[in-house]
Amino acid sequence: MSMATREIADLAREIRIQILHTIKGAGMGHIGGDFSVTDILATLFGAVLKVDPKEPNKADRDRLILSKGHAAVALYSTLALRGFFPVEDLKTFAKPLSNLNGHPNRNKVPGVESNTGPLGHGFPIAVGTAIGAQLAKSGSRSFVIMGDGELQEGSNWEAAMFAGHRKLTNLIAVVDRNGFQQGSPTSKTNELDPLDKKFEAFGWEVCVVDGHNHEALLKAFTDPQTKPRVIIAQTTKGKGVDFMEGKAEWHHKVPSDEQYEQALEQVGKQ
Amino acid sequence: MSEKLEEFDNRIIFAKTLIALATENPKIVVVCNDSVGSSNLGEFRDLFPDRLVDVGIAEQNMVGVAAGLANAGFTPFVCAAAPFLTGRALEQIKADVVYTRTNVKLCGMSPGVSYGELGPTHHSIEDIAWMRALDSLPIVLPADEAQTKEAVTWAANTTGPVFMRIGRFKVPSVSQGQSPAFVPNKAMRIIDGNDITIIATGTLVSRAVAAAHQLKADGISARVINLSTVSPLDTSEILLAAKETKAIITAEESVTRGGVGGAIAEFVVQNHPVAMKLLGTDTFAPTGSVSYLLEHYGLTADSIVASARELLKHGK
Repeated sequence: MSMATREIADLAREIRIQILHTIKGAGMGHIGGDFSVTDILATLFGAVLKVDPKEPNKADRDRLILSKGHAAVALYSTLALRGFFPVEDLKTFAKPLSNLNGHPNRNKVPGVESNTGPLGHGFPIAVGTAIGAQLAKSGSRSFVIMGDGELQEGSNWEAAMFAGHRKLTNLIAVVDRNGFQQGSPTSKTNELDPLDKKFEAFGWEVCVVDGHNHEALLKAFTDPQTKPRVIIAQTTKGKGVDFMEGKAEWHHKVPSDEQYEQALEQVGKQ
Repeated sequence: MSEKLEEFDNRIIFAKTLIALATENPKIVVVCNDSVGSSNLGEFRDLFPDRLVDVGIAEQNMVGVAAGLANAGFTPFVCAAAPFLTGRALEQIKADVVYTRTNVKLCGMSPGVSYGELGPTHHSIEDIAWMRALDSLPIVLPADEAQTKEAVTWAANTTGPVFMRIGRFKVPSVSQGQSPAFVPNKAMRIIDGNDITIIATGTLVSRAVAAAHQLKADGISARVINLSTVSPLDTSEILLAAKETKAIITAEESVTRGGVGGAIAEFVVQNHPVAMKLLGTDTFAPTGSVSYLLEHYGLTADSIVASARELLKHGK
């Protein structure tokens, strides 16, 4: 394990702990999707993104747009741990008048780029930030994280087609491919496969990785690209807690006191 | 019949103004949906090829890309036919532009029934009601050439989202040398009067002016207000109209339900109720040219005159 991946692993563990505290404290949250995206966020914020918590709106920063805005707690936990705002603030999540809404708000939370929540919005925005970076010659890269069920929204394919056409080499889309949408497996609702071939046909280079393997993610985020790149991150919903993993019911279930203790113990060892 | 005034296509002055602004400000970009021709942007594209982002026929992506460009520090003018911009991309306008408060200028071209015979799919009569429902989105409807130039300049120099309608069919000047022709957030009183007030927007302002002239010949003194900013509403000017004249007629090229008439009625009924008549394009249109359709909806000078007489006589 390299220095970088050790730091990413440490960050991922801390993010999962904060997610558990935050969701338990608020009595709400999307824990399954938060845990599936945790390693992706930890890799990005731990070793990839050029962002500065002291200057969150710096013009030439890299952009990360969390299109699956329901994983807000994972993003909040990551941003807090990286110093964008105090970790203490996570306790206010979902409380009346908190800055930390059930879905992220750019005007209230430093480090959030767009007010996401309705699905299929982040991808076009990231295409816009990528084109903007090219126009401004800022060297900034753009990243968007989507759920896999979210790819059923047509707006994503409008964005994919246009990014392919513009050959945006400063854009990376990540699909958090946990195989589930709200109530059921994505494959049973509206099958996405062959997802790699779909993106290839739209002019993208495709990278299929284990979405919990930090080294593989890091390589996929940093290898030079000649086209827009999609990282199909094979993930497990509820990753890190054995009784949550791969269970649709943990899309937005809140752990009992006993489950909370068990989950903390499991996550703490990772 | 008064002498024929010279008429202007506001899309032409819109494009000219945008080019002048973009020449000075390198942050101004255009985002469009295969609408270079219909938005009259050919010259802009020739001058600033990198700064015109044509996403093709994909309105959701168009508005999302514009929000991204704004995030990257640019001032995008989204130029697209009003029905497709506001209808197809409504949720992107709500979440990515208005709720996120990105610096995107939404320019709805050829609004109202200006596509005439192309029919209700291409008419944009619901856009004002939809945009009005969004929190703190300025809605601007320049009525003529001078107002278009000043409103576009204002939009470029103000931070935050703006929705504006740029008319397709030619209209005469209503500002008549008034300077400034457009004042943000202000209703422009262009004719004074104390019997009745006609509040009109966009393409219908010149018809309201013609109606006022006809009414004057009958001894009815009609005030004409050009409501070039629909949101936020200039409530002080509307309150004066309610207090100082006996009745209010509103005229718009959109549905009055939630539209301009709706906005004014909401205010008047809660503050100083007077007799009102709301004129607009409230139904899906039958087949017909623009001028036929405006007649169909009672939006000609003659119809406004008839409505005014009726309203003063019967209170409805």
